[in-house]
Amino acid sequence: MDFFQTLILTTDSAVRLSVPLLFACLAGLYSERSGVVDIGLEGKMLGGAFAAGCVAAVTGSAWLGLLAAILVSIGLALVHGFASITQRGNQIVSGVAINFVASGLTALLGQAWFSRGGKTPQLPNTARFNEITLPFTDSVRGIPVLGPIYSDIISGHSLLVYASFVAIPLTWWVLYRTRFGLRLRAVGENPGAVDTAGISVAWMRYRAVVITGILCGFAGAYLSIAQSAGFSKDMTAGKGFIALAALVFAKWKPVNALGACFLFGFLDAVGIRLQGTQLPVIGEVPVQAMQALPYVLTVVLLAGFIGKSIPPKASGVPYTKER
Amino acid sequence: MSAQSEKLPRWVDYGLIPLLNLAAALLVSGLVVLLIGENPLEAVYWLVQGSLGYSEGIGFTLYYTTNFIFTGLAVAVAAHAGMFNIGGEGQAYVGGLGVTLACLALDHYVPWYVTFPFALIGAAVFGAAWAAIPAYLQAKRGSHIVITTIMFNFISYSLMAYLLVRVFKQPGSMQPESRTFLEGGRLPFIHDVAGWFGIEMASSPLNLSFVVALLACVFVWALIWRTRLGYAIRTFGTNQDAAVYAGMNLSRIIIITMMISGGLAGLMALNEVMGAQNRLLLDYVTGYGFVGIAVALMGRSHPVGIIMASILFGMLYQGGAELAFEMPKITRDMIISIQGLVILFAGAMEHMFRPALVRIFTSRHDDLGQEA
Amino acid sequence: MHLDEKTKAQGNDGTGAKSAGDGQSERVPAIRLVGIEKRFGPVYANKNIDLNVAKGSIHGIIGENGAGKSTLMSILYGFYQADDGEIYVNGKRETIPDSQKAIAIGIGMVHQHFMLVDNFSVLENVVLGVEGGSLLQKGVDKARAELKRLADEYELNIDPDALIQDLPVGLQQRVEILKALYRGADILILDEPTGVLTPAEADHLFRILGQLRDQGKTILLITHKLREIMAITDEVSVMRRGEMVGSVHTSETSVEQLAEMMVGRHVLLNVEKGPSNPTREVLSVENLTVTDKRGVDLVKDVSFKVCAGEIVGIAGVSGNGQSELMEAIAGMITARSGSITINGEVTTKADALDRRHRGMAHVPEDRHRTGLVTKFPAKENMILGYQDQKKYGEGLFLDLTAILKETQDFMVDFDVRPPDPHLKAANFSGGNQQKLVLAREMERDPDILLVGQPTRGVDIGAIEFIHKRLIEMRDAGKAILLVSVELDEIRSLSDRILVMFDGKIVGERPAGASEQELGLMMAGIDDPSEMGSDPMVSAELARDNTDEALVEMAKGGKE
Repeated sequence: MDFFQTLILTTDSAVRLSVPLLFACLAGLYSERSGVVDIGLEGKMLGGAFAAGCVAAVTGSAWLGLLAAILVSIGLALVHGFASITQRGNQIVSGVAINFVASGLTALLGQAWFSRGGKTPQLPNTARFNEITLPFTDSVRGIPVLGPIYSDIISGHSLLVYASFVAIPLTWWVLYRTRFGLRLRAVGENPGAVDTAGISVAWMRYRAVVITGILCGFAGAYLSIAQSAGFSKDMTAGKGFIALAALVFAKWKPVNALGACFLFGFLDAVGIRLQGTQLPVIGEVPVQAMQALPYVLTVVLLAGFIGKSIPPKASGVPYTKER
Repeated sequence: MSAQSEKLPRWVDYGLIPLLNLAAALLVSGLVVLLIGENPLEAVYWLVQGSLGYSEGIGFTLYYTTNFIFTGLAVAVAAHAGMFNIGGEGQAYVGGLGVTLACLALDHYVPWYVTFPFALIGAAVFGAAWAAIPAYLQAKRGSHIVITTIMFNFISYSLMAYLLVRVFKQPGSMQPESRTFLEGGRLPFIHDVAGWFGIEMASSPLNLSFVVALLACVFVWALIWRTRLGYAIRTFGTNQDAAVYAGMNLSRIIIITMMISGGLAGLMALNEVMGAQNRLLLDYVTGYGFVGIAVALMGRSHPVGIIMASILFGMLYQGGAELAFEMPKITRDMIISIQGLVILFAGAMEHMFRPALVRIFTSRHDDLGQEA
Repeated sequence: MHLDEKTKAQGNDGTGAKSAGDGQSERVPAIRLVGIEKRFGPVYANKNIDLNVAKGSIHGIIGENGAGKSTLMSILYGFYQADDGEIYVNGKRETIPDSQKAIAIGIGMVHQHFMLVDNFSVLENVVLGVEGGSLLQKGVDKARAELKRLADEYELNIDPDALIQDLPVGLQQRVEILKALYRGADILILDEPTGVLTPAEADHLFRILGQLRDQGKTILLITHKLREIMAITDEVSVMRRGEMVGSVHTSETSVEQLAEMMVGRHVLLNVEKGPSNPTREVLSVENLTVTDKRGVDLVKDVSFKVCAGEIVGIAGVSGNGQSELMEAIAGMITARSGSITINGEVTTKADALDRRHRGMAHVPEDRHRTGLVTKFPAKENMILGYQDQKKYGEGLFLDLTAILKETQDFMVDFDVRPPDPHLKAANFSGGNQQKLVLAREMERDPDILLVGQPTRGVDIGAIEFIHKRLIEMRDAGKAILLVSVELDEIRSLSDRILVMFDGKIVGERPAGASEQELGLMMAGIDDPSEMGSDPMVSAELARDNTDEALVEMAKGGKE
């Protein structure tokens, strides 16, 4: 029972840890499926987190915080879009730039506006997305196995957590069942085919990039006004890159993304739990090994040692009309 | 026919356009300064004053410049082969391992100049080795080098953190860092060297690595434009089919180029670990590897351009520290923002001003365009 | 031949057309272009183009590479905008700002490089852009039904759920045609449609085009192949250097006349050369088979020899394995099986450098893609492939002075203009670029020279020069293997002619072989003696096929 309890707690913490990854991973999926490589997920998340922290602190409204996060993140996404789509610039470089700008500006403005070493003020619960207790939580807790799973893992999360899990099937549906999705997938594989079909490649990509912005906004807001009670400097701490790794790991597919993000979130949760504990046989597992594992797994996958992950054919390539 | 391919005078391409891009980045930075209620012109004054206004400041500027030259050269060498090495960050970090091992092993027994070649080789070899794995995976398994080098950055953070905490940390110390090297593991500061010749200089962390960086520039210049390997690298980077036609071994070029690139990034550790800090510590790379991308872009992947761009970023770093001191509302994070903006305008949007310039400079060009 | 069953509505609106009867609609051309101009920078891609395309006809547009055919069609399809001129579609003045508009007025295009999404199904590709609503299901269902109808009507059978990447090229092209028809195209533009097809697939395509015409569709066929024009078109317009030279009825013209119109002179490629004097064997290829990534054999069990002092020409329609054969011999790609023997030594490793060490030189067929690094100056291009030679420097370093000196000498010897070794290769004209490559390869004094398309995109003066140098080289006792899609070039230079078709060498003919005979062999007809030597026989064959198909279809229609 002790082991089961541990598993329940670890899984619960994995759910919480995987939510920002999920949002960011899906965000990257839209962009990269449209042919725009985005290593600036980190920056957009950070910008979103900062905006949410500021606005929620000033207005006292979590919803306005979320809105601000989305707007700021869309703004950064549009900068990336302008550089990548209109200017046909190097998408990697643009992503690096976004990360720098976001990291610098959030810390600078945070300090200038609030003078708390880059932090935004501590938020009261009224200005956050609080944990929601689903109906019957207490009554079913007694049921073996399923009870704790429902009460401790499924119930008791903020609205944004549930939103992230809705976002997966929604993205799948958009991608494979709608006109927009068809065109999105096409423009990332062969923009020429989309262009000759009379659809604007740039407009498609801009729309994708905006969706990326929205989802990164959610990811950022989750960090600062749901998971924590305020923004702190560089609080994304590489999550944008783990999300990117998860995207590669998920082979750019929405349902796989759920698996990849949850796996990486779970590894993170296990790493935290194992810290300083002795395991039989292996002994103590270094935290760092757990931290590196998502990246190592992704590299191994990329190298084709376990399956093969092939990016959308046109991703990273600016579209120029040519014969 | 896009504006990118239109010909412009060299001085416009290599001088005016980077300057305009830089100006745009600084303009936006100025707006940010206004936003937080400070005077941008005053900020510029302190930036320049802090970086060039006095001899200690210059020393610091050049010390930062040293790092940027190494990481900039690393990106540039890979770029000549058409590859994007975004892993300079990790390669520089792991390079520190080579330096540290050499210094820890030798500093008890020999003077610095005996340790130095071992540290130099250690830095280069460890950096090269860290780049060799992604290169091998690209050459033999087709995994995209951009993604793998990003992943390797993060793997290096974990690896180095582990080593610092578990291996290098001194018993009884709380700091995850190696022991401080003795004299035999320290590069002389430039102000010390100047002192030997009776020249008085303000003290700064600027050390002999700066000379190594300049020599690395000469090395890269000669490599790229004077050697057979450089010829192969450029051919491969410009036209892969032609490289096959010429009988070049593509896998070999990928791996060797990336190893040279990684080695150059690794050398950055010489400046930080053996030159300035005299010990291995956590996260000493902090973005130098990424800024190398901007340096290489602005410097058009040419060593001379890279030196100039590195000085610029060195000024930003040092001037930014001074700025934060004089105008406390403008923290050092401002510099990170400015770097980001420079990368954005000089890198990702480098062609923004081109169409306008093309219109100005080629009112009536009589040369024939490419086949329609 | 002309069936008057144009019962379908003409275009989407008949406003401009005085569409009273067949006689009237015959006069309103499906497409009329007046004074179309298009410049790219200072270069005219199209200059004052007039064109009339009759409704319900197959209209060929022929011209050499770079004559401006594709640009003109891109203007018609809204991919480019003309700088000047007027476009009339079914008698109505139109401006076509984008492909959407072109599709709306009934123009469809099959691009030279297919515009298909490889990992999409046929169905998804067909509906892309015309999904008929924001949800896919309805549009897909409709397309499925429509594909079935089109398949029945035009024999365009295809599995709607197959992925494009799993389909052979011929079927991929069929998807392109279906895409256009699904969008209601009445005017179909095909840009070099047979470049990627085997002759059998091409014949099948022509049959389909014939049927489409007979159903009242108008077809514009862009090609540089005379055989196709003669085989399938009703009318043909000839373009040269961005200008329209003229239009003729196909039945009233000849291959010779068209060729002359295309190049603007008598195609006279008689090179003065004496008899060959072949001596020892230099290159021997035995049972060579080359396979592409997908496992398709591109070169099939090819064997031949080339001796010192002779020019062996390989004739064939482009895409029949010649390129891969040359690349395998040159060590650029690995052959799956077979052997290559140079100067008596067998070499199998794919290593172009190793071949050069054994006395081989190679003028590749595509100088832009392979033969030159166009961003490099002439001097750096002069050592491409020879970068390891001792004379260019000892050890790791290159001797720039030696390279410069040699480049200057080579440029003078081959009359490259301007003789500036510092000039980027991209800034030389096509002929001078080719001379740069030839100089680099021929000045090495190789034992065997591989030459691919030596005069493609090269002006007349340079052609003569290049041919002369090749003959001189042969007379100096060197072995030369020549690949060219220009039959005239093969015939005037070669001492022996091998014909390649579908990856195989289908026969060898002496220097004096007639164009007709070789042409038939190139079309895959093994034994021309049985077919007689009527120059139009292949064209007639194609027509016969069309007629047969029509008869069959007519039968089917009556049931």
